[in-house]
Amino acid sequence: MKIDLTDTTASKINKALVQGRRAIGTPAVGMVLTMVIVTDEENAYDSIKAAEEASHEHPARTLVVIKRHARTPRDRTNSRLDAEVRVGADAGTGETVVLRTYGEVSDHADSVVLPLLLPDAPVVVWWPADAPENPAKDPLGALAQRRITDLYAVDDPLQVLESRVRSYAPGDTDLAWTRLTPWRSMLAAALDQARVEVTSAAVEAEAENPAAELLARWLQARLDVTVDRVVTAGPLVTAVRLSTARGEIVIDRPEGPLATLSLPGQPARTLALKVRTTSELIAEELRRLDADEMYAIALRGEGGTPAHV
Amino acid sequence: MTEVPGIETAGWDNPLRDARDRRLPRIAGPSGLVIFGVTGDLSRKKLMPAVYDLANRGLLPPGFSLVGFARRDWEDQDFAQVVHDSVRAHARTEFREEVWQQLAEGMRFVPGDFDDDQAFKQLRSAVDELDVSRGTSGNYAFYLSVPPKFFPKVVRQLKKHGLADAPEGSWRRAVIEKPFGHDLASARELNAIVHDVFEPDQVFRIDHYLGKETVQNILALRFANQMYEPIWNRSYVDHIQITMAEDIGIGGRAGYYDGIGAARDVIQNHLLQLMALTAMEEPIAFDAESLLTEKLKVLKSVRLPENLGEHTVRAQYAAGWQGGAQVPGYLQEDGIDPESATDTYAALKLEVDNRRWAGIPFYLRTGKRLGRRVTEIAVVFKRAPHSPFDSTATEELGQNAIVIRVQPDEGMTVRFGSKVPGTSMEIRDVSMDFAYGESFTESSPEAYERLILDVLLGDANLFPRHQEVEESWKILDPIEKYWANHGRPAQYASGGWGPGEADEMLARDGRSWRRP
Repeated sequence: MKIDLTDTTASKINKALVQGRRAIGTPAVGMVLTMVIVTDEENAYDSIKAAEEASHEHPARTLVVIKRHARTPRDRTNSRLDAEVRVGADAGTGETVVLRTYGEVSDHADSVVLPLLLPDAPVVVWWPADAPENPAKDPLGALAQRRITDLYAVDDPLQVLESRVRSYAPGDTDLAWTRLTPWRSMLAAALDQARVEVTSAAVEAEAENPAAELLARWLQARLDVTVDRVVTAGPLVTAVRLSTARGEIVIDRPEGPLATLSLPGQPARTLALKVRTTSELIAEELRRLDADEMYAIALRGEGGTPAHV
Repeated sequence: MTEVPGIETAGWDNPLRDARDRRLPRIAGPSGLVIFGVTGDLSRKKLMPAVYDLANRGLLPPGFSLVGFARRDWEDQDFAQVVHDSVRAHARTEFREEVWQQLAEGMRFVPGDFDDDQAFKQLRSAVDELDVSRGTSGNYAFYLSVPPKFFPKVVRQLKKHGLADAPEGSWRRAVIEKPFGHDLASARELNAIVHDVFEPDQVFRIDHYLGKETVQNILALRFANQMYEPIWNRSYVDHIQITMAEDIGIGGRAGYYDGIGAARDVIQNHLLQLMALTAMEEPIAFDAESLLTEKLKVLKSVRLPENLGEHTVRAQYAAGWQGGAQVPGYLQEDGIDPESATDTYAALKLEVDNRRWAGIPFYLRTGKRLGRRVTEIAVVFKRAPHSPFDSTATEELGQNAIVIRVQPDEGMTVRFGSKVPGTSMEIRDVSMDFAYGESFTESSPEAYERLILDVLLGDANLFPRHQEVEESWKILDPIEKYWANHGRPAQYASGGWGPGEADEMLARDGRSWRRP
């Protein structure tokens, strides 16, 4: 069910949530976290949909903060909060509150979000686009254990990547990094099989692809070799080559979800490397809510001391 | 794998793996799975879909190979088609063409009988060929999805054709399904045959219950939390009920079921394992060896009731109505001897002789054609030693309970007393539910997925060892012997919760069964 509230406050929203839950007859639900999505009207629909799909794996209270730009000067001085409360079938397996802020309250969205967080449960903030310069220092970001940004949604990804390196705080993570998990696990599995030292590496991808850059930095940090960045026509990351004394290990994905793995002295075999949907990426993000140290290492591209030493 | 001079391979650490990198899933190393009896129900409904789901989740190694062995005149493509159909029908994850292609490349089929030396030679060459063409590195698990009478034959053939000998640096594992014998002697015999060919720690006995999330969660619940363990003992617990009920009859399994019965089919493995996990002490680590040690201690300290006649019950379902459908009784089922004394319901009272549990009964029951399909462990607590409320206020208050719901609707229920809203003081039982489907992963892996992955990884935590199987038979054998010599099974109405005798068995102790 949906409850619309105009010109409202956090306590009225809390009441509406309780009322909504009572009305559908499930006074208690086992929600495991609060997800805060900070977005504009344009990205709101897709983000809410992704979050609701991910809520099947991680039941959550989703708070969507949408900053509205008032049209008239009079409205601009007028501070107002509208809310749309969705519970039950309208909100995946959890609850969703869409908050629209007008005027001054937009700068104090954290004061609305704070009273609406689930008790004790972890908080995750996700900026589908327009993430703040320093996520951990952002008022909303500061409420969260985990801050999700997306380098695919910025204009100059490599430059923003550098600023992420500078502003990194434990709990930061980026969907460009999440997208790499299948690549990374297949590379690790390939090396499990080859059991041989890598002498040099190359990442082939479309120009300005932030995931490719992260992948190259990760390989650089872990393998302690120089990694060439080769620009191809794409799409996304198209191949990774690891040179070894026995020959080359290659995962090649020219297009589509099918990749080919070649190991020295072994025939090539097919691998499924699908580009995953946003909801799958968010679901993976929510599986662990502590700091992702490996992301920090990849971001810096150095200092990756092997765990076994 | 061939050694290249000058390149160190022994004790090699993969620099791309790191304990801190927890996004990277546990992917099995290079390996293949050989399924005997690949045309059977279990294989089509569970094993093949589980293999696909694992591949879809990216948990199988590149080059993973699946070899089917059965008495069918099939080519590799026919086999691939069968797997394709069963994956389409039964897989839990969506069907993706690219995942299928990855899998299909590694599928082989070997037609033949278990007596047929030629077929095993062919299997041998298929396996060798896969090592070369798919890089499986000689690592194979042999899944014996065949009736136990064929185990000796298959295992001997594997030995004879050198399939059970792992080349240096690789492994060969055997996976077997219940029943693990029908009494202690036959279980020992079976173990001897299998261990003659495979090392004991390379034999994986599937008890699919142990692959279920909730069952693994028993250990998390007990040993990762502070609030349950202090009351998990005889000072606070009154008794424990472990129930596994099925709503179906024996279906088409008359040949297998008659002469085996509910106690051997379910209690010996599933229920005693659940009991061991519920009652055991904290293992020193979460690894196979430590878990085995603790489970064995519990099984070894199980004490049977002195009067088996009063504290055990067996019964057969009678004709009746089950969930709105008319159903025949056990003795009227096709292929069942009308004089059969096989139990379709069994209930036992066991005690565990140790400091934690002395004097606390564990009631185990299982049956077919009961009210509904449910498996649960109910820990029922003693009443509060003193109540400041007068007796009318607490008239409706029962005993507190923690119920672990194993299936369906996996989760946990806590029952406790709460005040009824209103002006008078009136206390009544309420339930608080924790549901798995709700709180974690709707897409949680199926038990077989987890177990197959564990076999390929060589992780034996969730597999009962032969010592446990033998100890379990030591518990059940005297009961079966008593039943064989005393009377006949009682009859119970289909669709209910078992025979009146089982209710009397608990009433004798001043208790009653929970309605699950």
